[in-house]
Amino acid sequence: MSRETPESRLESRPDSRRAIPDRLSTPGARLLRSWEALLLAVAVAIFVANCFASPYFLDPWNLSDATFNFTEKAMIAFPMALLIIAGEIDLSVAAIIALASTIMGMAAEAGFGTPALVLVGLGVGLVCGAVNGTLVTRFGLPSIVVTIGTMSLFRGIAYIILGDQAYTSYPPGFDYFGQGYVFWVISFEFVLFAALAVLFGVLLRRTSFGRMVYAVGNNPMAARFSGLRVGRIRFLLFLMTGLLSGVAAICLTSRLGSTRPSIALGWELEIVTMVVLGGVSILGGAGTIAGVVIAAFVLGMVTFGFGLLNVPGIVMSIFIGLLLIAVIALPRLAARLAPRRA
Amino acid sequence: MKLWKSLLAGAAAAVALAAAPLATTAANAADQTRIALVVKGLGIGFFEAANKGAEEAAKELGDVEIIYTGPTDTTAEGQIEVINALIAQKVDAIAISANDKDALVPALKKAMDRGITVISWDSGVAPEGRAMQLNPSSTPLIGNMIIKLAADNLPDGGDVAVLSASATATNQNAWIAAMKQVMPNYPNINLVATVYGDDLSDKSYREAQGLMQSYPDLKAIIAPTSVGIVAAAQAVEDAGKVGEINVTGLGLPSEMAGHVESGASKSFAIWNPIDLGYSATMIAYNLAKGKATAEPGAEIPMGRMGSVKLDENTEGAMADPFVYDKSNIEQFKSIF
Repeated sequence: MSRETPESRLESRPDSRRAIPDRLSTPGARLLRSWEALLLAVAVAIFVANCFASPYFLDPWNLSDATFNFTEKAMIAFPMALLIIAGEIDLSVAAIIALASTIMGMAAEAGFGTPALVLVGLGVGLVCGAVNGTLVTRFGLPSIVVTIGTMSLFRGIAYIILGDQAYTSYPPGFDYFGQGYVFWVISFEFVLFAALAVLFGVLLRRTSFGRMVYAVGNNPMAARFSGLRVGRIRFLLFLMTGLLSGVAAICLTSRLGSTRPSIALGWELEIVTMVVLGGVSILGGAGTIAGVVIAAFVLGMVTFGFGLLNVPGIVMSIFIGLLLIAVIALPRLAARLAPRRA
Repeated sequence: MKLWKSLLAGAAAAVALAAAPLATTAANAADQTRIALVVKGLGIGFFEAANKGAEEAAKELGDVEIIYTGPTDTTAEGQIEVINALIAQKVDAIAISANDKDALVPALKKAMDRGITVISWDSGVAPEGRAMQLNPSSTPLIGNMIIKLAADNLPDGGDVAVLSASATATNQNAWIAAMKQVMPNYPNINLVATVYGDDLSDKSYREAQGLMQSYPDLKAIIAPTSVGIVAAAQAVEDAGKVGEINVTGLGLPSEMAGHVESGASKSFAIWNPIDLGYSATMIAYNLAKGKATAEPGAEIPMGRMGSVKLDENTEGAMADPFVYDKSNIEQFKSIF
């Protein structure tokens, strides 16, 4: 992975008044930069272990099925990564899925076709994102508090609308998003996941907007004095997260072929886990989309690999917890040892 | 970077070593019929008991391996991940108690497309997602059982009353109607009243008190609801009428254990999860081996539990509700 130094990039931009490094230059900085390399090694190790552990792992169809374990969550993990890099968080994403799915179900019941349902899903996502964004930026409330609140609010509305009922009458053709295949074993969801990965990767690394996100996360005050419209950037990020939650809602609803208000329950923490495992600093200011992509594969493969061995889910949770702590702790341990060499 | 490499190599080796024995068991199992018992969530007593029944069936059949699995949280998404993993392992049959009757349909359809026998038990799946559904019991069987339990303890006959859930509760009304249909078989038993406790403990308790005051000759209260039966038993105990009035109906062993001990309830009924797991396994085996087909009107054998007859929705009832009394309540009260 070749990279320009942040300094050279900023110098090339005449409008930036001061250089804001995308990472704090601690002694562990060099090691931190190889985070993706470390994660990739973990992914390869898990892949190899899975191949040894189960004769069913290396099968194109099985691997294709396995991707559904993470594609929808990863779609939200991308904008979530940007949001966390900018020093904010959105815990209402799973509730947005529930609300978007419920309203799509209502629209389907009312006889709307697939294109309209997609628009409804995206629209609800955008509106929910705008609610979060407004509360955080206009009223200056902490995002963790706001989104814990809207988490209950959005899912609460879904429960009021549906109760213990379910929407099941989706039009023919709607099942393509969650159950369709573009080519052989390559599912539509996987293609969408890959496209979004590239899109967000470019957005974060190759555009000035991406640089602004890092700047806001590293030091919002400095960013504001540097002339960045911090509130607007944050608002856009919440909007983006809402929109992508809408996209995930379309895929998940299509895959399940039905909506219940308990849909995607507990996903917000799995998505945050994916982002943090991907090397995004929970304190903001650092992280890459490549890391999140690899983390998505790692989590998907761990879930599927353990599933193939019929390991109880609770053991899986323990393993993922340990993996998370290990991956977070290792660079810090290494950083303590590093100064001697530096 | 040396530190990374050694740490990683160590971790990879540990994972591979831990996985090696598992790989060999998977390979050995290839010639066995593998039946996956998928439950709503792991760590629930009712389902652990069903697994006991499944293991019993596997032992009886000989060439069966039971894969007992389910998500940690009782969600449809969690069960779909489990189903995908089972499809990948090419298991022979899946017997599932569903968290969501609709959301699992696409995943289970895929399983059936790939040649896996799929049945649902306990909590069913919509017809297009399974070959058949095994209900623990049926309305006529439950209706008959609740009046039989009352009559068995009243050799000379007498007055009985029903304490139901709400007046609009579909299940309870169907069971009571079925009970009334078989009442002519019990000529000495006289049904004096049906009251409704709305499945609320305090209201059920007051309704039970009211019954005792209004009908001094009352010999039994039949409560076909797990809330009502506990409240009625408590009311009988508090009124000091243990031995005079017998409380029976449908209840949970864990909640009823104390009242069976006190004598307020001589016996009550509910489905037996062990039998349910056993029967589901037997049916899954017979369907997977082609010894039976799941179609309306078919009869599928299920070992010691006899056979199940399928209706037009390919649903079938396992058996009479299982009777719990002093002899077995200790064993079951810790299960569910």
